[in-house]
Amino acid sequence: MRRLWISLTYVVITLLLVVPLYKIFTGAWAQGLDGFIAAIARPQSLHALKMTATIVITVTAINTFFGVMFSLYLVRATWLSKTMKRISNSIVDLPFAVSPVIGGLMIVLLLGPNTIMGTFFNNIGVQIVYALPGMILATLFVTFPIMIREVMPVLQEIGDQQEQAASTLGAYSWYTFWKVTWPNIRYGVIYGVVLTVARSLGEFGAVLVVSGNIINKTQTATTLVYQDVENFNVVAANAIALVLAVFSIMLLLLMEWSKKK
Amino acid sequence: MNSLFRSRTWSYSFRSIVIIYFIGLIIIPIISIYTQSFSSGLSSFWNNISDPLAWKAVFLTLKLAGIATIINILIGTMIGWVLVRYEFPGKSIINSLIDLPFALPTAVAGFIILLLLGPSSVMFEWFGLSLVFHEPAIIVAMVFVTFPFVIRGLQPLLEELDKSEEEAAYTLGSSKIRTFFQIIMPTMLPGILSGGMLAFSRGLAEFGAVVLIAGNIPGKTLVASVYIFGEIESNNPQGAAAVSVLLLTFSFIILWFISKLSRGGNTL
Repeated sequence: MRRLWISLTYVVITLLLVVPLYKIFTGAWAQGLDGFIAAIARPQSLHALKMTATIVITVTAINTFFGVMFSLYLVRATWLSKTMKRISNSIVDLPFAVSPVIGGLMIVLLLGPNTIMGTFFNNIGVQIVYALPGMILATLFVTFPIMIREVMPVLQEIGDQQEQAASTLGAYSWYTFWKVTWPNIRYGVIYGVVLTVARSLGEFGAVLVVSGNIINKTQTATTLVYQDVENFNVVAANAIALVLAVFSIMLLLLMEWSKKK
Repeated sequence: MNSLFRSRTWSYSFRSIVIIYFIGLIIIPIISIYTQSFSSGLSSFWNNISDPLAWKAVFLTLKLAGIATIINILIGTMIGWVLVRYEFPGKSIINSLIDLPFALPTAVAGFIILLLLGPSSVMFEWFGLSLVFHEPAIIVAMVFVTFPFVIRGLQPLLEELDKSEEEAAYTLGSSKIRTFFQIIMPTMLPGILSGGMLAFSRGLAEFGAVVLIAGNIPGKTLVASVYIFGEIESNNPQGAAAVSVLLLTFSFIILWFISKLSRGGNTL
């Protein structure tokens, strides 16, 4: 029995995870190293990778900051009633249930060119939909719950005794945060950062809707893979997919490392 | 510097910024999609929903996500069990690999499935199986993307299960099968259910992995998220919003069940 289950596990893991990984690593070399380099060195590839990097960095920075602050408020704040905290806590999860395409649609509906707010921003010279700000907004929406879901349990577990002791002894709140709270939640935050990076790196549906997928302008690495496949340019798609996969595997290793801490 | 952070005005304005961010980013967009879909009245909402292509897409999505979830519950329960209970070579590597679908961009996942099962693949050339552009490929994509949920929901519960309960059952003469269903299964069930529901709601929402391989034939392999995307592309945001509301409401109900379930688990 035991043998059977272990072998079956091996079979499933191999078919579902190892074979795809192998395929993506070998497929990119179908036309040799030159083909791979040529695919990556296309101007639209470089531009797409740069867009992805910009989005990942901005989104991770903003959502790490707001995520940690919001978790602190939801767990510790005395100025929020219990009911408010419970309701907000449920609302935090909603983006997980929203299809990325719908997430993108929400932003188009609110800020698109035919809306009141969209026209307002257009008049002051800021384009949101079909431009970088909209893509960042979409990714912010999709990744919002991740950090909070990692940090809140840690905050609940450590309790507030140490923090109260620190403030009784006269430490300022900012000081208390850095010296008492931060060392406790540090690894939770790191894990949240890794997950946020992974999600914003791979975000596709929301970005595709909001960006309009304009080549050399609003195209990201994932939407470029999509376009290359649609254009039957499989080798180029595979090269970009490989770059993304390598990043994902590095993130996976980081996840393992931060989980052990 | 510290006195600045301590001041009342600072802390009030700080709170307001965080709350405004939360309301502006999460609450307003979700409310707006509901108001938008009803903005031209209930009848136009109904017209958009009763379009056969729309409800066929929603039903197809429910069906395929359901099948994918059942598959994931079966293999996920097995793998979760094997990873907690048995020692074997390669265990820790497998355990780390489980999260791969969460780390890999979904568009990349869809692309690999296209390579593996598509028209130029070994599967096709050797067996003449054309899975891509048919329902099975969509199920494969959904299974891949939601693969970690059940395993990750199950593992902590199995690790916590007190071995002595199981041993007591054996000592009292209970058979292996009976012990499994009376002692082990009740412990695993909340994890399997909440993992399964998360997988289901993720399957309903999946877009990136599906859009490349589904073929998107209206009424046949067009899933809800791709239908919504098509409506946006063809400049019908009202229709897109109507189907979105339908899909969102399903997902929110599932989410509510999951939170009920995990709250029940905490009080035990």
